Amino acid sequence: MAKLNLPCDEATIRALRVGEEALLSGRMITGRDAAHHWLVGGFREEVAPYLAGSVIYHCGPVVRKNPDGSYAFVAAGPTTSTREEPYQAEVIGRYGVRGVIGKGGMLDKTRKGLVEHSAVYLHAVGGTAQSLARAVVRVERVFKLEEFGVPEAMWVIEVKDFPTVVTMDAHGASLHETIARGSRAVLDKLLGQ
Amino acid sequence: MHQAEDWTKLLVEVIAAATARLPEDVTAAIRRGRSQEAAGSLAAMALDAILKNADLACSERAPMCQDTGVPIFWIHHPASLSTGMLVHACAEAVRRATAQKLLRENAVDTLTGRNTGNGSAPGIPSVHCEEWDRQETKVELLLKGGGCENVSTQYSLPDSKLGADRNLEGARRVILDAVHQAQGKGCGPGILGVCLGGDRGTGYHEAKRQLMRRLDDKNPVPELDALERRLFDEANQLGIGPMGFGGKTTVLGVKIGTLGRLPASYFVSIAYLCWAARRATAVVSAKGDVTWPS
Ligand code: SF4
Repeated sequence: MAKLNLPCDEATIRALRVGEEALLSGRMITGRDAAHHWLVGGFREEVAPYLAGSVIYHCGPVVRKNPDGSYAFVAAGPTTSTREEPYQAEVIGRYGVRGVIGKGGMLDKTRKGLVEHSAVYLHAVGGTAQSLARAVVRVERVFKLEEFGVPEAMWVIEVKDFPTVVTMDAHGASLHETIARGSRAVLDKLLGQ
Repeated sequence: MHQAEDWTKLLVEVIAAATARLPEDVTAAIRRGRSQEAAGSLAAMALDAILKNADLACSERAPMCQDTGVPIFWIHHPASLSTGMLVHACAEAVRRATAQKLLRENAVDTLTGRNTGNGSAPGIPSVHCEEWDRQETKVELLLKGGGCENVSTQYSLPDSKLGADRNLEGARRVILDAVHQAQGKGCGPGILGVCLGGDRGTGYHEAKRQLMRRLDDKNPVPELDALERRLFDEANQLGIGPMGFGGKTTVLGVKIGTLGRLPASYFVSIAYLCWAARRATAVVSAKGDVTWPS
């Protein structure tokens, strides 16, 4: 099991291989559809420092506002990543992102982007929103809350031992491709084709 | 119970039960899957994470998944109750549950792209009321997540690419194809609700209705029962596994129903439900006593 402290450097990321479990600690930022669309629309100076060397978490959390004005994550599992497929590689390249966390994996454009920019795709266990919310120890700040709404806003969070699996690495390997190919062969056999 | 306020309160309780508590037949099916996965495998790790999360959600009475889905209510009620009142109570209960963080702010205005902020919008929640002859009222709720909804699919038979004719064998072929297409994207291990027949609208609706069945029940129609068992077995041979990490636990159950169809159409509608099968049922007697059958 790999331990990853964020932000991290290129060598650390290149050492990760498909199928390996990785525990993340440090600062990351959430972002999904609205955020990715916005990130490719220009260079967003205000969030850039939070993206460089860190990871984007594809997550639309349930968030509670505390009486003192701070926020806490109530439920925070990954959302489907393929929706960001058109933008992901560009976001990674432009902001120096080292990885994305999501579920379901991503496609060829992102796979190439991960290789080109030395980044990884990390899969969290979908639906385990309670366990994952507990790994979020602090909500530091939030961008675009008003405009995007709670699930789509970009939340800067600090995590401790956040559990993931490397399913696409910086060397072009993808567990999703392997499984899709293997299950295709079984399907063809079951269908007698 | 005739007051809208009483019903709203009860419906909030139904939502709270569904969002936080995984039905025991679902937990049992996940445990069974877990026992078949190799020690130290990613599949075993994922199923353990799912079971641990289910425990946490239940003890904290908090949403097990942050995508609290589209709330779909099916209500059977006596003639003495107003359908309009119940429909309003469902929407109000969803707004309250959203304010209480039992549900996420989960409804977006499709034209403006803005989140309504209160969990409700036209069509959300989805409420289906039907009058019946009994004195009690039965409320059933399914919280149907978006990730698994996105991999739900519908086939129009015949499908020459899959060699699927208009019969049960054709249905079998397209259902297996759907599981393969979904891979791990619907937060597998998944549950398949299937409808053979109907039109494009009623077919999907009946497919979702099938998702309210307990996983350990038995289809009363022998040929459908046989097909359910066969598909359960075959889908689990595909090797997709929990989250698509690989493994033996790809589906937790297959539930198939039928509707009549036009001579011109033969639809197979497949509603994929993630492992977070958040269903809850409450029965309210004429006197207002509430029971919670599982
Ligand atoms: S598919 Fe289900 S478990 Fe996965 S994120 Fe959506 S609601 Fe949650």
